[in-house]
Amino acid sequence: MNENNTLVDVRGVDKVFKRGSEEIHVLGGLDLQIPDGEFLALMGPSGSGKSTLLNLVGGLDRPTQGSVTIGGQRIDDMSDRKLAGWRARHVGLVFQFYNLMPVLNARKNVELPLLLTKLSASERKKRAAIALEIVGLSHRLGHFPRQLSGGEQQRVGIARAIVTDPTLLLCDEPTGDLDRKAGDEILELLQALNRDQGKTIIMVTHDQLAANRASRTLHLDKGRLEREVTV
Amino acid sequence: MKYFSLIFASLKRKKLRTMLTLLSIMIAFLLFGYLAAIKTGFTAGVEVAGVDRLITRNKVSLINLVPLAHRDDILQIDGVDLVTHNTWFGGIYQQPSNFFAQFVVEPEQYLELYPEYVLSDEEKESWFSNRTGVVIGSGLAKRFDWSVGDRVPLLAPIWGQKDGSENWEFEIAAIYEGAEQGVDTSQMFIPYDYFDEARRGGEGMVGWYLVRVSDPDRAAQIAEDIDRAFANSRDETKTEPEGAFIQGFANQIGNIGFIITAIVSAVFFTILLVAGNTMAYTVRERTNELAVLKAIGFTNTGVLGLVLGESLVLTAMGGGLGLLIAWLMVSAGDPTGGSLPVFFIPATDLALGVFLIVALAFVVGIFPARSAQKLQISDALRR
Amino acid sequence: MFNTLKQIAAVTRFSFASLPQRLGSSASAMLGIAGVVAVMVGVLSIAQGIMSTMTSSAGMGNVMVLRSGADTEMTSGFGGEDARLITEAPGLKQGPDGPLASRELFVIINLPMRSTGTDANVPLRGVEAAAAEVRQDFEIVEGRMFEPGLAEVVVGLGAQMEFSGLDVGSTIKVGTAQWPVVGVFSAGGGISESEIWSDARVLQDGFRRGNSYQSVHATLDSPDRFNEFKDALTSDSRLNVQVMTEAEYYSEQSQVLYNLITVLGSLIAVIMGLGAIFGALNTMYTAVSARTREIATLRALGFRSGPVIVSVLAESLLLALVGGIIGAGLAWLAFDGFRAATLNFASFSAITFAFDVNLGLLTLGIVFALVIGFIGGFFPAVRAARTPVALALREQ
Repeated sequence: MNENNTLVDVRGVDKVFKRGSEEIHVLGGLDLQIPDGEFLALMGPSGSGKSTLLNLVGGLDRPTQGSVTIGGQRIDDMSDRKLAGWRARHVGLVFQFYNLMPVLNARKNVELPLLLTKLSASERKKRAAIALEIVGLSHRLGHFPRQLSGGEQQRVGIARAIVTDPTLLLCDEPTGDLDRKAGDEILELLQALNRDQGKTIIMVTHDQLAANRASRTLHLDKGRLEREVTV
Repeated sequence: MKYFSLIFASLKRKKLRTMLTLLSIMIAFLLFGYLAAIKTGFTAGVEVAGVDRLITRNKVSLINLVPLAHRDDILQIDGVDLVTHNTWFGGIYQQPSNFFAQFVVEPEQYLELYPEYVLSDEEKESWFSNRTGVVIGSGLAKRFDWSVGDRVPLLAPIWGQKDGSENWEFEIAAIYEGAEQGVDTSQMFIPYDYFDEARRGGEGMVGWYLVRVSDPDRAAQIAEDIDRAFANSRDETKTEPEGAFIQGFANQIGNIGFIITAIVSAVFFTILLVAGNTMAYTVRERTNELAVLKAIGFTNTGVLGLVLGESLVLTAMGGGLGLLIAWLMVSAGDPTGGSLPVFFIPATDLALGVFLIVALAFVVGIFPARSAQKLQISDALRR
Repeated sequence: MFNTLKQIAAVTRFSFASLPQRLGSSASAMLGIAGVVAVMVGVLSIAQGIMSTMTSSAGMGNVMVLRSGADTEMTSGFGGEDARLITEAPGLKQGPDGPLASRELFVIINLPMRSTGTDANVPLRGVEAAAAEVRQDFEIVEGRMFEPGLAEVVVGLGAQMEFSGLDVGSTIKVGTAQWPVVGVFSAGGGISESEIWSDARVLQDGFRRGNSYQSVHATLDSPDRFNEFKDALTSDSRLNVQVMTEAEYYSEQSQVLYNLITVLGSLIAVIMGLGAIFGALNTMYTAVSARTREIATLRALGFRSGPVIVSVLAESLLLALVGGIIGAGLAWLAFDGFRAATLNFASFSAITFAFDVNLGLLTLGIVFALVIGFIGGFFPAVRAARTPVALALREQ
């Protein structure tokens, strides 16, 4: 790996959860480098810590020990406030259950991250429209989540994730709730974003066929990296 | 500003629940506004009382008369500007339940002493030149639908006429307006000269004196001086500022202000409970949504602000509506049909209402907002 | 039928079992209802108290005579001779010293209120010896009755509690003289307890009234001799009087005050009741939505809608009942017997009374709470029963 091209640098990361008096070690001594522009899949049995790792890279949680550096910036020791701002700028999130606001229509859902910027209302509207076009949902701007199919909702989710032009796109089981056909469409979309726009994507999945779409797959088990498979 | 649409959208999440909470808040503020008007009905006299006016009455009892002869002595007191007298007429119009206050006055001096009873110069002239003419307030005129020129018969159990009957008849010479809200317009003023000529008994005696002082700061001192002038005489006096006299009556009616404050507090506490609980419940339901907002990049403070913002918008809409309806209801008039001399919502209470809206929004919203603020993303996020 | 009852019991038991989870919202709705009931009962108990005082003032078979045209004792007046004629009319009960009739004066003096220190108008009544018998519940509870012919007073229990300087042994200023307080009396909670009494003849002197009186209070031999008594007086050309039963007089006197408080109190209660209904609806809708899955599962299993409605309603009614009882209880504890004084517009003087939280009011309060509980539970109940099961099962 070319050192200068490393976007994500995880070193010596431990993560311990406290459940009452019990301590659960989810990650232990993890090292990981992800170059810019990679499409990475994380796989492993449940409890392996893959989602936890995703959270740490996305700044949604902090490691108990070790460092997480993204684009040269250390995020594990940032204050909550700075971390929020960092996430707004650098991370796009795609969830298994879409997590759209049911009270907002598709366009407003996509605009949500833009509320955190200084853009004017018309600018926000424009960018949201562009993002929705990229995911192929221009004709559904005004629809509410309950009026959209699962696949369509996930595409809105992706549009929301890319509307701020983030450094990283993190997807947690993005096709987990979709049928084969819809899932494939989503994976096509992700691949296109990675290939045509150079987006760095980290995707957690338990579906081997989905992982095949990535350029590299990492297997985790009991909080440690087991295997690496490169396409 | 841009967050407004997010706040409004969130409120629309459970329309029925939002509506019901809004209605509860509306009721609370409606009650607040209406009770403020009722309280004013009982206590307004005190606020508009003239700071430069004193009342001198018979020390033994309110119902005892004072001699006319006292007038000259009172005028001699240093600091006394104007002296005139009133006498309670106590007449009955058709039946006792139609009660309204009637005072026998010296027309010119009385109007000078009370600039808050407003009459045009022509109206004043027509009263002064009308021997049996009385002046009534606009509120009284509205209550019985009287106009200038109408004749009003009164039965006066206290004051019989020289011819033996107790029936008096007066002509309405003019109708006065109050210079500001809070001035009692439910009274009738009867000219003294006519009254004195026709009355049987009580010659040379009147009800009480009204004294204007040139320096309000010396009012208490002047009051003492007046009373000292008549100490140990056959008719000792008790003099006090008009405001104190009226307050004394308000106190006798009962500490209305306290009772009303207690009721309003009870109501607010109740509303607080229900609204606060609803908000807390709503935030608990939206844990996942709030976690997503944080994941996208909304700060902890931002999310706190969002929840507080929802609370404020809801409370402001409910409270504003409640105050508005109260204002409309109060404008419709006195619910007791005339027992209250004045009936309106004072501006200070409206301002207090607005302050309470903000305070309520904060108290109701702060706990749910704080739990939203402290929410840990990874705990709350649904995978 | 039996099946339905079993279903109702099962569903209701189920719902009550889950109540602890919804403790917060249930408790708040309940306290809300308690608050409304407490305030309503409290305010209306003022009107009840005044009414109680007024009605216990009127003795059975007692009559009052005033000058015709007078609306109160204060504005009435007749000469001593006329007053004597009144006491000699037929129909009055006879006592050992003559007819049970008291010619009386009614004046007002100023005394400071204990609570605020400001002056109040206190009624001072000049009475004759028979007065104590005419007011059947009259009883000296401290000190002694005043001596006829002496310038001394006895004070009513209510007056003593409300105004300063009325303890036995102190003096009050009447006219230009100081009169000692020699005793305290009770009168069955009636209006007399707000008054101060003295000998009529002595009071006449003190107030320079000559030989005039303002009213005659008397007891009839039997209540059906009222018309005989009344006709005899009204047909007498020497007299110009009106005759009424004490009960009539006092109910008229209290009318304005009673109406005022009842109108205002009811208005407040209705508005607050609306607020409580909205609060209860909110709570119940929330309660129902929390249990949507549970209710849908029951229905999917075969429980019918009826029992579901009943169980939701039962929960709402129970909450309301408990809230109502708490509120009524609070009102009773805090307000019953609370002494206060207000201005009797009719006599322009103080009337002391005790807040009266009686059984009728308590019942009214609880019924009110139940109405709120019913309305608050009915609509959510119907909604719970009518939501399509499949939809309800899917909802989170």
